[in-house]
Amino acid sequence: MSIAAATPRHWKKPPAIKRAWLRWALVIGAVVYLAAAVGTTEVNWTRVWEGLPRGERFFAAFFPPNFTARSGDIIDGILESLWMTMVSTVIGIAVSIPLGIGAAKNIASPPVYYFCRAILAFSRSFQEIILAIFFVKLFGFGPFAGMVTLSVATVGFYSKLLAEDIEDMDFSQAEAVRASGAGWLQCINYGVQPQVMPRMIGLCLYRLDINFRESAVVGIVGGGGIGATLDTAFNRYEFDSAAAILLVIIGIVMLAEYLSGYVRGWMQ
Amino acid sequence: MAVALKHGTKVWHRRERSRQFTAWAAWLIGAVIFIYCWQMISDKTIWSFVADAPEQAADLAVRMVPPDWKSIYGLGRPIWDTINIATIGTVLAVVLSVPIAYCAARNTTPSVALVRPVALFVIVSSRSINALIWALMLVTIIGPGVLAGILAIGLRSIGFCAKLLYEAIEEIDEKQVEAIRATGGSAAQVTAYGIVPQVMPAFAGISVFRWDINIRESTVLGLVGAGGIGLPLNAAITTLAWTKVSLILLLIIATVIISEWISAKVRHAII
Repeated sequence: MSIAAATPRHWKKPPAIKRAWLRWALVIGAVVYLAAAVGTTEVNWTRVWEGLPRGERFFAAFFPPNFTARSGDIIDGILESLWMTMVSTVIGIAVSIPLGIGAAKNIASPPVYYFCRAILAFSRSFQEIILAIFFVKLFGFGPFAGMVTLSVATVGFYSKLLAEDIEDMDFSQAEAVRASGAGWLQCINYGVQPQVMPRMIGLCLYRLDINFRESAVVGIVGGGGIGATLDTAFNRYEFDSAAAILLVIIGIVMLAEYLSGYVRGWMQ
Repeated sequence: MAVALKHGTKVWHRRERSRQFTAWAAWLIGAVIFIYCWQMISDKTIWSFVADAPEQAADLAVRMVPPDWKSIYGLGRPIWDTINIATIGTVLAVVLSVPIAYCAARNTTPSVALVRPVALFVIVSSRSINALIWALMLVTIIGPGVLAGILAIGLRSIGFCAKLLYEAIEEIDEKQVEAIRATGGSAAQVTAYGIVPQVMPAFAGISVFRWDINIRESTVLGLVGAGGIGLPLNAAITTLAWTKVSLILLLIIATVIISEWISAKVRHAII
């Protein structure tokens, strides 16, 4: 028999982190870090204030952007970017396929596996721009350096994902092909390739899209493409041309996204 | 089944004859495009420069060792700035991406015809412009410094975070939302108790993932003047101080590896 009146109970959302001390430690740590980070960030507010009218001019430049003043440069830059995108994606993927197969633990022997993994780790450790600086130093200014940069970046991205996909596949299918007396190449071609192909085609299109976007950047350090045109436009404070270039880039990326969805549907 | 008759025996083929020809035609067109593009690039290349690249590389490699360990004391501040640019930029992007994702998701947007296209356009524009270009833009507008870097990282990451988040929102289990609505919850309560708990793990994962990417990206923002470790890197490259360059590169690799380790740990703890 209960005498005490039941206190009205309220439901409370369970906290995301169950241990109270950890929760508070994380909150306090985050606050302290943010305070330190914001406190030590030096911002020249007068310069920011001076820049605001310039920012206003920049946004005004979008209405309307000036496509005509530098149309020759813009078309050249975009074409160069597209060539770089195409060539670097093809070369990058061609190199990635043997590397990716070598870096998959379930079909490669240990020495090959470690060798391929080491190449992978190396090609992934640097940002594209840093690679681009060095390749421009080595190969001279122009789209060739940018193309090599994007190819290396593609290798790092694609072969890692390919290797992971092969490691995740259903091995019994490859075994079945082998049991029928197939050689190693036939085993890869009929046992492994059909399993990883659909995802790899999707990733290939995705990488094409990334390479185009990146090709707009390698130009800033001398790697050719639309980036060089954009950099020049900014340095000359020609905001209306810069706005036009940005809109062209956005337009092409949107088109690529739409087309890649279409191609993916068609492939399957 | 694609089967061809050869010397009286049936031979298995992977594709029907017509499909095989289509595939070959597609390969041919692809090859032609590739050769054309290669030709265009090759026309703009000075091949003698490319030919002596191995010598150049060997020369550079010799000049880069040993790394100039003494100058590491001056690099503490740039590394701290780099980490701050990435972290504050990510926080900014994550906060701003929530309302945008909310407006872009088909099941939560206030208006499919009006608001959703605007949100999607914001996402695409933010995503298609690289952080370095945002930085280039911001440096000309608000001047060089860490603030430009933070805003560049933030603006670039909004699109990424919002895209992944709105896809997560679209994939939620509608029944849970309905259950909250059936108890008489207001719109805000439905969001807080029906949607938020379902997307929270994805949201946390996306944030940490983006932070990891941003650490990488913020190492190069200094090249256009937006603060961080890129500033001394650029200075060292332009003054041809190669031993310092190699030290900075080692430092960048170390930072990237540590950030990757942290993000892997955190993601493992969340999921």
